Amino acid sequence: MSVTPFIVLSAILFTIGAVGVLTRRNAIVVFMCVELMLNASNLALITFAKANGNLDGQIAAFFVMVVAAAEVVVGLAIIMTIFRTRRSASVDDASLLKY
Amino acid sequence: MNGFDAPKIEYFTVSPILIVLGVAVIGVLVEAFAPRKLRYPLQVGTALVGLAAAFATSVVVFARLNPFAGDVKAGKVVAEGALAADGPAVFCWLLVLVLGALSVLLFAERRLEAGVVGFAGQAAALPGTEAEREASTSGLEHTEVFPLIMFAIGGMLLFPAANDLLTMFVALEVLSLPLYLLCGLARRRRLLSQEAALKYFLLGAFSSGFFVYGIALVYGYAGSMGFAQIAAAVQADGGERGLLLAGIALISVGLLFKVGAAPFHSWTPDVYQGAPTAVTAFMAAATKVAAFGALLRLFYVAFGGNRTDWTPMIWAVAILTMVVGSVLAISQTDIKRMLAYSSIAHAGFILTGFLGIRSLDEVAAGGLTGVSAVLFYLTTYGFTTLAAFAIVTLVRDGGGEATHLARWQGLGKESPLVAGAFAFLLLAMAGIPLTSGFTGKWAVFAAALQVGAWPVVIVAVLMSAVAAYFYVRVIVLMFFSEPVGDGPSVTTPSIMTSVVIGFGVLATLVLGIVPGALIDVLGRVGVFIR
Repeated sequence: MSVTPFIVLSAILFTIGAVGVLTRRNAIVVFMCVELMLNASNLALITFAKANGNLDGQIAAFFVMVVAAAEVVVGLAIIMTIFRTRRSASVDDASLLKY
Repeated sequence: MNGFDAPKIEYFTVSPILIVLGVAVIGVLVEAFAPRKLRYPLQVGTALVGLAAAFATSVVVFARLNPFAGDVKAGKVVAEGALAADGPAVFCWLLVLVLGALSVLLFAERRLEAGVVGFAGQAAALPGTEAEREASTSGLEHTEVFPLIMFAIGGMLLFPAANDLLTMFVALEVLSLPLYLLCGLARRRRLLSQEAALKYFLLGAFSSGFFVYGIALVYGYAGSMGFAQIAAAVQADGGERGLLLAGIALISVGLLFKVGAAPFHSWTPDVYQGAPTAVTAFMAAATKVAAFGALLRLFYVAFGGNRTDWTPMIWAVAILTMVVGSVLAISQTDIKRMLAYSSIAHAGFILTGFLGIRSLDEVAAGGLTGVSAVLFYLTTYGFTTLAAFAIVTLVRDGGGEATHLARWQGLGKESPLVAGAFAFLLLAMAGIPLTSGFTGKWAVFAAALQVGAWPVVIVAVLMSAVAAYFYVRVIVLMFFSEPVGDGPSVTTPSIMTSVVIGFGVLATLVLGIVPGALIDVLGRVGVFIR
């Protein structure tokens, strides 16, 4: 089995995520794009684990999932607070700090 | 199947990390079960005792590192290869623990805000509402900040000792997640604080996405997460080289973001300005130590075999970082923002020392390696910047801290002692002789020159001159212009902030005049092991 298609798919997913972070304006959507990047990494990790014939990559994928869940807790708390204050979750509106 | 072998953990060697994380968990329990009145003394007490205990065990661990080539420390790989307790790692532990304890003192300062800590009384109460006023009049305070900083310190201990990519990633997140929250908890100017938290979080998560993908690619190349196995694979030079180079690039994005190097610096000024000043002080001092420790270990140990591939990248990043930090700091009008750009410039100077990579046998006796130069610079910069931000918390008017530079006009005439201490710290950051900033710069420049990175050193010297301009401008503003009427006043802090400032100024002075003792220790810190 060739690993190339899986790696290409993970690279495409990662790129979609990265471009999404840069172009989308809603903080929640930006955050979802970050999660897409992490999951693309998981796909790559698991593919390489299969190719390398050891389990390190699969274990790493579990850790990435746990960390992503912890990140959701912290991130949604921050986004919620700023939404309640400003009535907006747009990343363009939060622009008091500049230059 | 041969049955299951229990992993062998060297509990004593890793005890500083376990103590700090254990105290953080105790802090969470205190928050859940202790009555409100008792929480503050309990939290501050357990945090400081825990840090002291971790410091004491770190000293013992440092003394017990098995010697290698005479006096030089070697250390060992512990916890089944997940952590490396060698000289540089344990030195980073000691440094982070001292800086962390001083930051806890800054966090615990209550006199400046009339009897409460400088964090939001109730983070859930919206700014400008009745609920917020009620929270602040009834004297509520979030003592959760102490477990949060302890978790962050725990991550910072793990980070420079991590000996495989997975541990490094987990440590990165353990140190980052509490910091994201702490940034958003300011008592005053809460909109700025929340915005800082949002920016730091989104950009931090973005950069850790790159970091993880880089890990995946390097794992694909080397077939293992361990630094020793990666180093062996890099030496053998088999497999897809493209995977390795792309992986190094992506991992660097994650790490250079954490140290605040250009072009990944854009979060630094916003976050440093918006975050509560005590948190800014902690981030500026301790995060840099942990992140540079990890950066050095990763590049020297795992990717040391192909340093010709990545040194050009570090050259470019170092030059860009110094230029961006120094030049943009000139036009700043906010003191915290100016110090943030100065911290970017300092990251560039430290990267200059990072270039001085050499193996131990290439170094003449008593000479500085890149590792010891960087660790020396981190020590000097950590204490100076911590004390500088501590002084920023003192200069206040009715609306809280007066951070606009125009408000600092004539401060030297109103409070010569505080202004004098601040001027001294700024001179240290500028690198004037007889301060620790000078010896630090000398160390990193010498390390870089020894490997022939003279173009970077020339830029570094030029940028030091540019940086001196904006530091001296603040000093001139404080001492040689008339105070404006109705200006801010210097609030007298409690013993806690005074200790931080006194310690920082003293360290800056002592390391500037007699750096020999520390350099001697660092000379014996040795190299990273694998």
